[in-house]
Amino acid sequence: MSSFELWWWVILPYAAMVVFVVGHIWRWRYDQFGWTSRSTQLQERRLLKWGAPLFHYSAFAAIAGHVIGILIPRSFTEWLGIPERAYTLFSGIAGSVAAIGVLIGAGILIFRRMGVPRVRATTSGVDYLALILLGVISLLGIYLTLGVQEFGSGYDYRTTVSVWFRSLFAGTPDYKAIGDAPVMYQVHATAAWMIFAVWPFSRLVHAWSYPLWYLWRPYVVYRDRRAGPPPEPGTGGRRWRKIGVPY
Amino acid sequence: MRPMAQVAMVMNLDKCIGCHTCSVTCKQTWTNRPGTEYVYFNNVETKPGIGYPRRYEDQERWKGGWTLDRKGRLQLKAGGRLLKLLSIFYNPNLPSIDDYGDPWTYDYQTVVNAPLGTQNPSVHSISALTGRDMKLRWGSNWDDDLAGAPETAPSDPNLAGLEDRVKMEFEQVFMFYLPRICEHCLNPSCVASCPSGAMYKRSEDGIVLVDEDRCRGWRFCVSGCPYKKVYFNHRTGKAEKCTLCFPRIEEGQPTICSETCVGRLRYLGLFLYDADKVTEAAATPDEQDLYEAQLSVFLDPSDPEVQAEAAKAGIPADWVEAAQRSPVYALAVRHRVALPLHPEYRTLPMVWYIPPLSPVADVAHAAGYEHGDPDRVFATIDDLRIPIEYLANLFTAGKTETVRDVLRKLAAVRAVMRAGQLGLDLDEDLPASVGATADELDDLYRLIAIGKYEDRYVVPKAHAEDAGRLMAQHEQLFCSLDGEGGPGMGGNGPPSVESFHPGRTPNTAAGGGTFRADDGRTRFNLLGWNGRGDAPHLFPEVPEVPEADGS
Repeated sequence: MSSFELWWWVILPYAAMVVFVVGHIWRWRYDQFGWTSRSTQLQERRLLKWGAPLFHYSAFAAIAGHVIGILIPRSFTEWLGIPERAYTLFSGIAGSVAAIGVLIGAGILIFRRMGVPRVRATTSGVDYLALILLGVISLLGIYLTLGVQEFGSGYDYRTTVSVWFRSLFAGTPDYKAIGDAPVMYQVHATAAWMIFAVWPFSRLVHAWSYPLWYLWRPYVVYRDRRAGPPPEPGTGGRRWRKIGVPY
Repeated sequence: MRPMAQVAMVMNLDKCIGCHTCSVTCKQTWTNRPGTEYVYFNNVETKPGIGYPRRYEDQERWKGGWTLDRKGRLQLKAGGRLLKLLSIFYNPNLPSIDDYGDPWTYDYQTVVNAPLGTQNPSVHSISALTGRDMKLRWGSNWDDDLAGAPETAPSDPNLAGLEDRVKMEFEQVFMFYLPRICEHCLNPSCVASCPSGAMYKRSEDGIVLVDEDRCRGWRFCVSGCPYKKVYFNHRTGKAEKCTLCFPRIEEGQPTICSETCVGRLRYLGLFLYDADKVTEAAATPDEQDLYEAQLSVFLDPSDPEVQAEAAKAGIPADWVEAAQRSPVYALAVRHRVALPLHPEYRTLPMVWYIPPLSPVADVAHAAGYEHGDPDRVFATIDDLRIPIEYLANLFTAGKTETVRDVLRKLAAVRAVMRAGQLGLDLDEDLPASVGATADELDDLYRLIAIGKYEDRYVVPKAHAEDAGRLMAQHEQLFCSLDGEGGPGMGGNGPPSVESFHPGRTPNTAAGGGTFRADDGRTRFNLLGWNGRGDAPHLFPEVPEVPEADGS
């Protein structure tokens, strides 16, 4: 194993996972106030009306597609009796629809964020970082779906990329599997790990707050003003605090 | 019966002179921060007028508040829970910042640094959103005093159905001011619309608040409120709203808008209400019955049975006693002269209004009626359909009889007092003709015309005995002197104990306190000052001028 392989296909994924998990715990405990979707609909609504739903719903479809393609082994779909042709056909069509949706939706949103001064003024540094990574991942994903799978020669990522991805979670990283994949797949995967590392520090955390609980909650919420025991260091509650801030 | 207490407000619109002092002090206290430039927790609108944000009363457009479904059950007008979750990426009912008014400032430095010259320098308007030059097109109070009313006022939603009869001509126009804060509704649709569960109604005093730590910025509360009194902070991405100055209310002080009201038109006090009846009242089939339905929710704090139930529900005895002296209960329930704003939104709002008699009387005067004569004024009130219908659209979902009854009662108070002052004979039947006794009219006169501070604001202190015990335990774990600016951190520490305890009752101490400003001078803190006691350090001390040499 070369140090190149060790770094890109073993260390980076595990480092990203650790940063992802620890970062989220830290952000949740320390920065509830900053945990928000940071909507800019107040400033601009015409472009958002088309861009935001298109991007989000297409991204959901793309994520679902990745779950099917990467997490579920080929042997499982074969055991189910799904022929290879049917699988490729389905993933090709559904993947292409999702890819085109992401392409148009993200295009509108990026244009909006860059081109509308009111929205641009709200954009922070970490927003740009997340936006660039998302852009790279989306563009490569679209290229791989449409350019390679649909209209190109086709490539069976399920025997290389997916095997490597699952092996990371088994604790026996199969770096050889990803090493054989075309370079565009490698860049796509690397950018994906990087966005996982950026995730807890960006506005992307709002994804975990999708308020499904609202479906079951009583409409009007009452709360008592009466004080409960204040959270104290070492007795539960918030243990992560900004350095220098008095309790 | 499940009694709950609610701090509520009544505003006497006859007394509002539209000076915006309430808006200014509210803004200084709560929203003078980046991200809230466009936000006015308290604003004063000219009516007829388009409102803030523009046409917020048009619920067919903005879908705020509640409605009844086909089976007569209460439902959010903007749609059910699933629809909300599906439209979370784009809320179709959210006003744009242009509807509130794009906030701006000026590059004052241009004026400050302008070279000496013959021409006065002028300043550019700069958008607070982008920092660029901008053209002013609309603001939060663009149509103040009917400015531009011929163009904008006809689109006031309350004029629906009256358009052909309303003339925006100077001699015939009627107008009044409508100060608005959050209604702190009994059935708040903003709370119901919040998908995160971050908004809540406090069970002790009914104040509706946003938990900023749990708000995720999904912005459905903004569109869910039919009064558009929840705002989106465009810097923090969180919702903010009128807090009814809860830190002051908890200390038994009136809200800052009430405290500083020049016309002394605001009343604060408690209602006791039956929480079990709220949903049923809000689901009253006929919109015009909602006012009566809301009245039926309130409990009489003098009733021994209510008192027993309140004690069982944990409402402190001094709160029940305060509810008996409550001016808002007296005006809304006993005298029935205060009305809720837009009861048809079905949120059971808790800021009520005494409709203004003056614009009606003014129009009566212009029409040639003598408004000292109550009979004539009554006749005029009955004749003047347009102001009455307009007020009815605001306060009773269009039921003109209720507004007419209130105005007649207010006119009767004026007639009784006028007769007393001038030694005129008074028709014995006058009080009975407006459904009151002479004593009741006298009581009403004392409440609305005299209205001493103690009678206008009956706010019991919050009970926080347990919190003190818990805090004492907490304080052992850290040194309170180590806070920012404390002696443990190299500062001078708090200048006086008063500034940390706003809890002076207005009659015993001046309130206020002093603080050390950035320039090192000790200054007087006007916040919390009751206006009666001394105000040391309010103005800079004049340094003694050393006498010049005689030579």
